[in-house]
Amino acid sequence: MSKFEFPKSITSRPVWGTLEVRSGEHHLMIAEAEGAEAILDIATPDLMAKTHLIYIPKGTGYAERLRALNSAQFYEGPSYEASLQRIRRVLEDTHMGLQVYLTGTEGMMGQAMSEVMTVGLPHTAIQTEHRGSVARRMQCVHCKGITEDVEVDPFVCAHCGLNLFVRDHYSRRHAAYQGVCVDAEDHGNVPEPKGIYE
Amino acid sequence: MSGAEKIQVKVTEITPLNELVTRFRFERVGGGQLPTFSGGAHTVVEMQDGGITRLNPYSLMSDPFDQSSYTISVRRDDEGRGGSLFMHQQVKLGDEMTISYPVNLFSLDLRARKHLFLAGGIGITPFLAQIKQLDVLHGHWELHYACRNHALASYADQLTDRHPNETHLYYDDQNQAIDLKNLLSGQPLGTHVYVCGPKGMIDWVRNTAAAEGWPEDCIHYEEFLAPKPGKPFEVRLAKSDKIVHVGENESLLEAIEREGVDAPYLCRGGACGQCETVVLDHEGNFVHRDHWLTDEEKAAGKRIMPCVSRFEGKSLVLDR
Ligand code: FES
Repeated sequence: MSKFEFPKSITSRPVWGTLEVRSGEHHLMIAEAEGAEAILDIATPDLMAKTHLIYIPKGTGYAERLRALNSAQFYEGPSYEASLQRIRRVLEDTHMGLQVYLTGTEGMMGQAMSEVMTVGLPHTAIQTEHRGSVARRMQCVHCKGITEDVEVDPFVCAHCGLNLFVRDHYSRRHAAYQGVCVDAEDHGNVPEPKGIYE
Repeated sequence: MSGAEKIQVKVTEITPLNELVTRFRFERVGGGQLPTFSGGAHTVVEMQDGGITRLNPYSLMSDPFDQSSYTISVRRDDEGRGGSLFMHQQVKLGDEMTISYPVNLFSLDLRARKHLFLAGGIGITPFLAQIKQLDVLHGHWELHYACRNHALASYADQLTDRHPNETHLYYDDQNQAIDLKNLLSGQPLGTHVYVCGPKGMIDWVRNTAAAEGWPEDCIHYEEFLAPKPGKPFEVRLAKSDKIVHVGENESLLEAIEREGVDAPYLCRGGACGQCETVVLDHEGNFVHRDHWLTDEEKAAGKRIMPCVSRFEGKSLVLDR
C-alpha cells in the first residue's frame, strides 16, 4: 500500500494530486521510492517514448520494472541531491510544452517543485502524487536548519538539537514544514514522540 | 454610474497611418497628468453619435510611463455599427471627449522569463505599450506580427527599425504565415504567449498551444468584440420595470443605458465578465457572442452578457 489519505489541514499545507497523462512532446518524471508505482500506473509505450525518467530508489527495488518501460532516458540516482544536476540540465535544455510529473515523498516533491518553478513554469503546470513514506522535510524555525525524513512528533533538530513540534505550516520556498520548540518554557518537558499521523 | 472613472480629454493629434487605421492623441482638458497604466490596458471612449452614446474600448498604445497623453489607433470597420466610423469621420482636432480610466484585462505576467507576442492586424496596439514597458524593465520578448500586406501593417516599420531582432513580420499577400507549431515548441521553459487579433487567430493559437502542452496559465489573449448589429428585439427589465426595444444598430447594453438604467460594464467587449446579467425568463434563442460564459452556461440560457450578445425570439426578461 503506497497511498495515504492525508487528514484535512490548514491552507498552507500542500495538496497532492493524482498523476494523469497530459499531451506534450516532452515529459519529465521524477519518482522517489514507492512513487515508482504511480509511474507504472500511467505508463504507456507512447508516453514513455517521450519521457525522461529519474528514479530515486531509497532502498526500494523498482529499477527493473521502470527500466522495462523503455523511456527515452532513464536515470537512477542515489538521492534527490545527487539527481539535482541532471534535473537542472533537463529544465535548461527542454522547451515549453514539457510536462512535469513528481511522485514520492512530500519532501522530494516540494523541492523538485520549487526547482521547476525557478525556471518559470507555474506550479499549476506541475503534477504531483504522494506515494510511500509520510515522513516530512522539516525546517527548524529557530536555527533554520533542515532535517530530512522526520517520521515522529516531536523530534530533535539535526542541527541545533532543540526538541521540535511538527507543524502543518509549510514554506513553498524551502519546501519544508516548520518545526517549533516544544519545551521552550519548561525545559526538558518533552512529550513521548509518536508517529506524525497517530 | 457604471464603468471605470471618467477623464475629460481633448483630441490633440489625428494621424492617418494607412487606408484603414488612424491614430488619435488625447490630452487632459486644462492640462495636467493622466494616470499611468500597464501595457495591455484599454480605455473606453465615449462617442455622442446622433442620439446614440457609443462606448468603445481601445487599447492604449502609448508609453505607459508617459502621463502627458494617451494614444489609440482605430481601424475603420465599414461593416460595424459605426463606432470606428464615428472616430474616423466625426472626430476633429480640438474636440473634447470623455474616456475612462485605463483598465487592464491583458497584462503581462511579469513572472515569465520570456514574452512571446502574436499580433494579427490592428491587434498590434496593446503590444506597442507592452514593448515599451518591457524596454524599461529589460524584459525578454519576441513579436510575430501578421498583416494583410505591408501597406496595412501599422507600426511595422517602426518596430523593425527599433527592434530588428525581436520583430518578425508576415504578409498574407506574400503567402507568409507564422509557423506556429515550431515557434511554440522552440520556446524556453517559462515563456508566456500573448495573442491579440481576429477570433480565428486567437482560437488557433490557444488550441495549438494547448495541444503542444502549454500550461493554461501561460496563454493570454485579448479580443475585443465589437457588438454586431442584429435583428431588433424587445426585453423586459424586471427590477426597473421597463420594456426596452433594442434596435438593429445598438447593443443590448446600450439600449438598457439609453433607457436610463444603470448597468455594470468594464470592457464592453465580452471579455471581462462585468456585465453578466441573470435571465429570469425567455422564449427564443440567445445569440451569445462573448468570451466570458462557458459553453455550458451559454447552453443553459440563464445568463447573458449584454455588451455583445443578443436575442432572437418572443420574449426575454432580465433581472436588471
Ligand atoms: S462589459 Fe465586459 S463582458 Fe460585458
